[in-house]
Amino acid sequence: MPLRILIAKPGLDGHDRGAKIIARGLKDAGYEVIYTGVHQTPEQIATAAIQEDVDLVGLSCLSGAHIELFSEVINLLLKNNASDIPVIGGGIIPFEDIQLLKTAGVNEVFLPGTTLTEVIIWIKKKVKSRK
Amino acid sequence: MTEAGGNIPNKKHVKHVSTISGLKVESVYTPLHTKDLDYDKDIGLPGEYPFTRGIHSTGYRDKLWTMRMFSGFGSAEDTNRRWHKLLQDGETGLSTAFDFPTLMGYDSDYPIAIPEIGKCGVAIDTMVDFEILTEKIPFREVTTSMTINPPATILWGMYLAVAEKRGIAWDHIGGTIQNDMLKEFIAQKTLMCPIEASMRLIADTVEFGTKMVPKWNTISISGYHIREAGSTAVQELAFTLADGIAYVQYILEHKKLDVDAFAPRLSFFFDSHIDFFEEVAKFRAARRMWARIMRDRFKAKNPRSWWMRFHTQTAGCSLTHQQPLNNIVRTAAQALAAVMGGTQSLHTNSYDEEFALPTELAAKIALRTQQIIAHETGVINSMDPLAGSYMVEALTNKIEERAWEYIETIDRKGGMVAAIEEGYPQHEISEAAYKIKKEIDNKERIIIGVNDYMDDEITPIEVLKIDPDVRSLQLERLKEIKGNRNVNKLKICLNELREACKSDKNVMPYVIEAIKALATEQEICDIYREVFGVYHDPGYY
Repeated sequence: MPLRILIAKPGLDGHDRGAKIIARGLKDAGYEVIYTGVHQTPEQIATAAIQEDVDLVGLSCLSGAHIELFSEVINLLLKNNASDIPVIGGGIIPFEDIQLLKTAGVNEVFLPGTTLTEVIIWIKKKVKSRK
Repeated sequence: MTEAGGNIPNKKHVKHVSTISGLKVESVYTPLHTKDLDYDKDIGLPGEYPFTRGIHSTGYRDKLWTMRMFSGFGSAEDTNRRWHKLLQDGETGLSTAFDFPTLMGYDSDYPIAIPEIGKCGVAIDTMVDFEILTEKIPFREVTTSMTINPPATILWGMYLAVAEKRGIAWDHIGGTIQNDMLKEFIAQKTLMCPIEASMRLIADTVEFGTKMVPKWNTISISGYHIREAGSTAVQELAFTLADGIAYVQYILEHKKLDVDAFAPRLSFFFDSHIDFFEEVAKFRAARRMWARIMRDRFKAKNPRSWWMRFHTQTAGCSLTHQQPLNNIVRTAAQALAAVMGGTQSLHTNSYDEEFALPTELAAKIALRTQQIIAHETGVINSMDPLAGSYMVEALTNKIEERAWEYIETIDRKGGMVAAIEEGYPQHEISEAAYKIKKEIDNKERIIIGVNDYMDDEITPIEVLKIDPDVRSLQLERLKEIKGNRNVNKLKICLNELREACKSDKNVMPYVIEAIKALATEQEICDIYREVFGVYHDPGYY
């Protein structure tokens, strides 16, 4: 059974080029991908992740609000007994924020220029089915 | 390794021989490639139909393009300071970047807005913020562009209300509101109301501008965002023109306006990407195609209705966070293409584009780039200097031909609105974006510093940080305004606006009254959402 992955755009940022490419790349690599579209609240994302029973959540933010938004998603997963779902992030994220995000529980951050292969290799190594 | 033990770089061959749009590029062009061109019919002099060489008969040496740097961050005070600095450094037009809450029609105190206050642009909640934003800005001498879409009526209303308060007549002010919702549904995704309602609000602004603010460009029909979302140059051009056709059509069908009454104030906005000659050809093809559309399709009689006037921004999506100083070179090449393409107005990106909003230094270098092109390179001395180049004329023709194919496809689907509803342009863009990504991942397309000539050096650059106090400042200010308004007067204004929305009255006068009564942006947008409904991104990928 292929892994199920949720790709989500939290907050008000509408820049979806990267998220859509990741969604498509992962789908072409054989994963089951759910893409939320833009303008999702952290609540909507956490609910979708749990309802869709995904094995991984990918968050994209280019508006500078990544720390608050990604942390909030992680907190909600924790609150709802779903902290075993790993979370990865991407977007416009300054270098110094990467460690802050990881401390908040983001498993990995993929900056612009990351190849699809790099993301897939990471998933193959680090993500297991939750079933 | 050489015999001596050193390294010599591999001589790398450039593998791709097509443009980003997939147009084949010959290794050399000859008169055979342009043998069917008729100078008078297809090219013409600058200022002559079909305006391939430019819309005016005089060029940059008589009047330079407007150097208009997109900027905005933090509070209205922060942005006002930056605007004065940019004017001091020599920019000749203003361009406003709003934060996400403002772009999406939410006030700073709305829960989902709070993490985003001032991060991506300036926070504007009421007319009070707008007065601070434009403090000591000479409205009669400098024009202001505002990148704002669903709430365009409101931000424009604020500008008009402030002008009126300062005793400046509306026929003395100029500027632009982006106000182009079709490309939001396709690409930029600042979304609020459904398509039909969005078209109605746009038509209201065009009508109001035509009658009351004659020097204002009430719409900036944009390809920039379409390109940034990953489209090819051909798609950028075709979808922008198809959007333009849809707007003209809608306004003619819904407003008692003659095409020549409003068409001269339609403006455009394009990307200037990294494939130099493709971009120049695109700008020339754009002018020629719009002239043909306006004269032949819409039967406009006034030559000003045939003119395509456009602003250009260099391609943000082409810039890299690896070796960021390289971006100065990319921006320079792209700015040069825009100038060789005859743009009326230009924004140049800063080298720190991939990190954050521009620092003062990075923005200054970007502005200096334009000034060096204008004053040192000599390219401005003659109009459309690349005309007659076998390559450029052949590419101009090719791009035009391919763009017409897209427009015909969209016409067959019933126009751009129908095409958007079926997901057509969105799908085309996703495909193109994915293709480009794979080409870069596979090194079929080289990006210096990203997939070739990479190094581990981290260039230390200063990165702009938004003052964390902006959040509390904005919330305090908003709280104070909300606590000190004439609530009864406001209620009346908002109710009248609601009724206007439900009828076919032009909403603008009601928006302006509400703004003067210190309505917040969200209070007005909530009425739009209530009356017109809310549109949700269908999540095509």
